[in-house]
Amino acid sequence: MSKVRIPPMLREEVGGAREVPAEGANVRELLDDLMDRFPALRAQLVRDDEIAPFVNVYVEGEDVRTLDGLDTPVAPGQTVILLPAMAGGAEPPAVDGSRPAEPASAADSAR
Amino acid sequence: MPTYRELLAQLRSEIDEVDAVRARELLAGDDPPLLVDIREFDEWAEGKIPGAVLIPRGNLESRIEQVAPEKSRPILLYCAQGNRTVFGAKSLSELGYTDVISLAGGYTDWKRNGFDTELPGGLDDAKRARYSRHLLIPEVGEEGQLKLLDSRVLLLGAGGLGSPAALYLAAAGVGTLGIVDDDRVDASNLQRQVLHSTARLGDWKAESAKRTLQELNPDVDVKTYVERLTSENVERILADGWDVIVDGADNFPTRYLVNDAAVWHGIPLVHGSIYRFEGQISVFDPAHGGPCYRCLFPLPPPPELAPSCAEGGVLGVLPGIVGSLQASEALKLCLGIGESLSGRLLLFDALVTEFSEVKLRKDPDCPVCGESPTITEYVDYVEFCSGRAAHA
Repeated sequence: MSKVRIPPMLREEVGGAREVPAEGANVRELLDDLMDRFPALRAQLVRDDEIAPFVNVYVEGEDVRTLDGLDTPVAPGQTVILLPAMAGGAEPPAVDGSRPAEPASAADSAR
Repeated sequence: MPTYRELLAQLRSEIDEVDAVRARELLAGDDPPLLVDIREFDEWAEGKIPGAVLIPRGNLESRIEQVAPEKSRPILLYCAQGNRTVFGAKSLSELGYTDVISLAGGYTDWKRNGFDTELPGGLDDAKRARYSRHLLIPEVGEEGQLKLLDSRVLLLGAGGLGSPAALYLAAAGVGTLGIVDDDRVDASNLQRQVLHSTARLGDWKAESAKRTLQELNPDVDVKTYVERLTSENVERILADGWDVIVDGADNFPTRYLVNDAAVWHGIPLVHGSIYRFEGQISVFDPAHGGPCYRCLFPLPPPPELAPSCAEGGVLGVLPGIVGSLQASEALKLCLGIGESLSGRLLLFDALVTEFSEVKLRKDPDCPVCGESPTITEYVDYVEFCSGRAAHA
């Protein structure tokens, strides 16, 4: 059993928990266990069967991309941190169309 | 036991000395030695040799590595008469410095030869009082304070992160602050954006910031840019010359834009971001071997997965903590002291009061700072972050 730290923007997907336990001998098994229980996480963490490029996964403070990626072993008791990029700042997003720095694309991206 | 004179004579025979004429030739040469004045501050304040740095004799051993990390670098020491430098040169050789020379006859003889001297741009009494708590710190001191007064820091945003960062940088006496912000003060800002006030509702944030900062410290020159940083204006703003950039931006397009600009200009970027109770802080400094923001996050999340603080909220004091840490990093970079957060991402969780840290590595395949960069000019960052290109 390992501890997985859930970043604030993903907590709704896991019922608000800051940390959830997960089973798995490596990052892949651990994430599968987590995403089986909290399916909404999948879209936030995985692209094309790889860790999404806007998310970093750390095992004991080391980026798994610099280790063995999804095959990086995780020992019981180790801490895994999921870390998506955060933009804030504390303002409305720039791409809301109201302050079009580059108007042609700003409107389109105001989804 | 030898007397002082005997010891001086003995050590003088063990070190290298040059006279003022030869010293001047060395300093004018192709590979000039590092010139270190080891007199006391009050002697230095009355005049010095141009180009010298001040390290009083009592701090020589503890501070020489800050100015001369490489022990093979030639160093020329001078004092008033050329006696203290005999002991100083001996001491540096014991620390492993291999090329240390003492100026025989010291500053007195230099002046007697009619060679150039100058008054150090020292601190006047008002500045000595204002910055006295900095002057007491050996790692800052008079020289460090002069460096700060000579430093130029650009702040992106005068909002949650920019507020504490700008206040502390101004209070510390960073001589020039640039503030880029195209927004006006809104009531919802005042829960955390401590640069502004109720009376300033509706004012440009950059102008409001300037007023607050100049009331705090009139030594500081505040340049305002009432505009959003874009591919079109970034080069004009950077052309004003900045030593450090503090990124308090609120959106991904600006984060990627300023990252690319900072990499290309070789300017260290102090990153901070916040959400609800949590913050992330790092320093991106590829010019000194560290990773950049794109090494950390090659792509932004698609917009539907990236809530802003406007949607998610933020504890008012959180940017106070994160922005203050950014100011601390920026000051260290200006001073050239300590270890920055380059290569580390510091995570802070206010809800459980916990700092943690993860390692960041330079990505050799990074499209901007990697070995074979594929992005070499500004792109359309709004398009880049819209998700259509990368996540379609």
